[in-house]
Amino acid sequence: MPKAKLGGAEIEVDEDGFIQEPDKWNQAIAEDIARTEEAFPMKEDAWKLVNYLRKYYLDFGIAPPIRMLTKQTGIDLKTIYRLFPGGPAKGACKVAGLPKPTGCV
Amino acid sequence: MSESETPRLDQLETGPWPSFVSEIKKMAGRKPAARDLLRQMELSYKDRVTHWKHGGIVGIRSYGGGVIGRYSDSPEQFPDVAAFHTIRVNQPSGWFYSTKALRQICDIWEKYGSGLTNFHGSTGDIILLGTTTEKLQPCFNELSDEAGFDLGGSGSALRTPSCCLGPARCEWSCIDTLDLCNDLTHSFQDELHRPAWPYKFKIKISGCPNDCVASIARSDLPIIGTWRDSLRIDQEEVRKYAADGFDIENEVVALCPTDALEWDEKTLTLKLKAEDCVRCMHCINRMPKALRPGLERGATLLIGGKAPIMKGAFLSWVLVPFMPMTPPYTEFKVLVRKIWDWWDENGKTRERVGEVIERLGMARFLRDVGLKPLPQMVFRPRANPYVFWRSEQK
Ligand code: SF4
Ligand code: SF4
Repeated sequence: MPKAKLGGAEIEVDEDGFIQEPDKWNQAIAEDIARTEEAFPMKEDAWKLVNYLRKYYLDFGIAPPIRMLTKQTGIDLKTIYRLFPGGPAKGACKVAGLPKPTGCV
Repeated sequence: MSESETPRLDQLETGPWPSFVSEIKKMAGRKPAARDLLRQMELSYKDRVTHWKHGGIVGIRSYGGGVIGRYSDSPEQFPDVAAFHTIRVNQPSGWFYSTKALRQICDIWEKYGSGLTNFHGSTGDIILLGTTTEKLQPCFNELSDEAGFDLGGSGSALRTPSCCLGPARCEWSCIDTLDLCNDLTHSFQDELHRPAWPYKFKIKISGCPNDCVASIARSDLPIIGTWRDSLRIDQEEVRKYAADGFDIENEVVALCPTDALEWDEKTLTLKLKAEDCVRCMHCINRMPKALRPGLERGATLLIGGKAPIMKGAFLSWVLVPFMPMTPPYTEFKVLVRKIWDWWDENGKTRERVGEVIERLGMARFLRDVGLKPLPQMVFRPRANPYVFWRSEQK
């Protein structure tokens, strides 16, 4: 696995840039990933999404369905794409330090 | 003779049919990716496992789909297919291209990708096979800005709608499949490019019940052109068929599935019991000069077709026996949005709409989307005396 310099540390990432060590995630890492995803600087709503994804993942071990994400955060899909041009999966989940989603988000 | 790198694949060239191996070899001299593709496939045939890794998430800015990420599990051995992503390109309605457009696509793809294409994937899109992550965005920019194409759908989204060539070439088309397909594609850009649902959703459109795009088996929501009045019979032309020795009784009348036709030998007239005709197209197909679809035209909507993944294959059920299909197709759009909402609310991850209907019941689905149960929805009347009732009904 390749390593990337994120948030001042060497973190293992997969070929699509998803971090492989989710427990090492922190805000600085998130912001560095956001830079690669054209999602920097992160606005308040971007953090709201990332924090929701993060919490859901820590609680349930997977990424939430999109419907859940938009309903619970009150942020619609268009806005999500504005905040994360890669979309919820490639953009927001990656910034939130989730492992690569396999289908849902 | 030099030793072949791909002895197993070479065997696939020996049959009487066109071979994908021969086609890829044509590109292998010019494109290292095509050569490594063959070499990796050869290894897969030897090992009997795929050497593609599972999944990959790559894409184009502001699109949630349209690119399928693919990586080799042996990048050291096959460096030129280490990344080999697929791009789906939205095909034009009815797959009509100018040669200029085709050349443009091929030129762009040789510049940015492996040069290998697949016209078309089963969804209907143009499939561009094999490029690297860095080339995706520039390739898309050129496809879009220079050639005027857009990405197709992938993932848990509306897939690229597709249709038969319809009125462009076919006298039987009861609806303007090309316009409808184009209109829906433009109207549902969000649903197409921003996956938001439990799983994929396909719309396919056929101009008449011959259903040349096999929408009934291959889409969640088939739209099939039909007529509400009775099919038209030109008795003069019927008599010509008879005079030419065509066996109307056995070839047409006897094969009508609902006994809706009668051939009067004496008066040489073909009689139709219009109320019995189920619009199967058989008689029209056999006597195209004498019989034609009726004039009051629209479409039958069906629901739930799919290939097997979670559950077995489903053929679609009739949902709306007749709906007029004229621009701007508002009635259809309102209904399909209701269906999406219901499915999205009730579906589990990776559950197609037909599977949710099967799990929760057609009665509930119809009630929730506000449609009445109709005789056309069932194959034949029920034979058992039990009826469903809801406790709130007295
Ligand atoms: S489905 Fe009907 S209208 Fe369309 S091409 Fe086939 S025969 Fe013609
Ligand atoms: S279209 Fe089919 S059902 Fe109708 S009259 Fe012809 S053969 Fe019979």
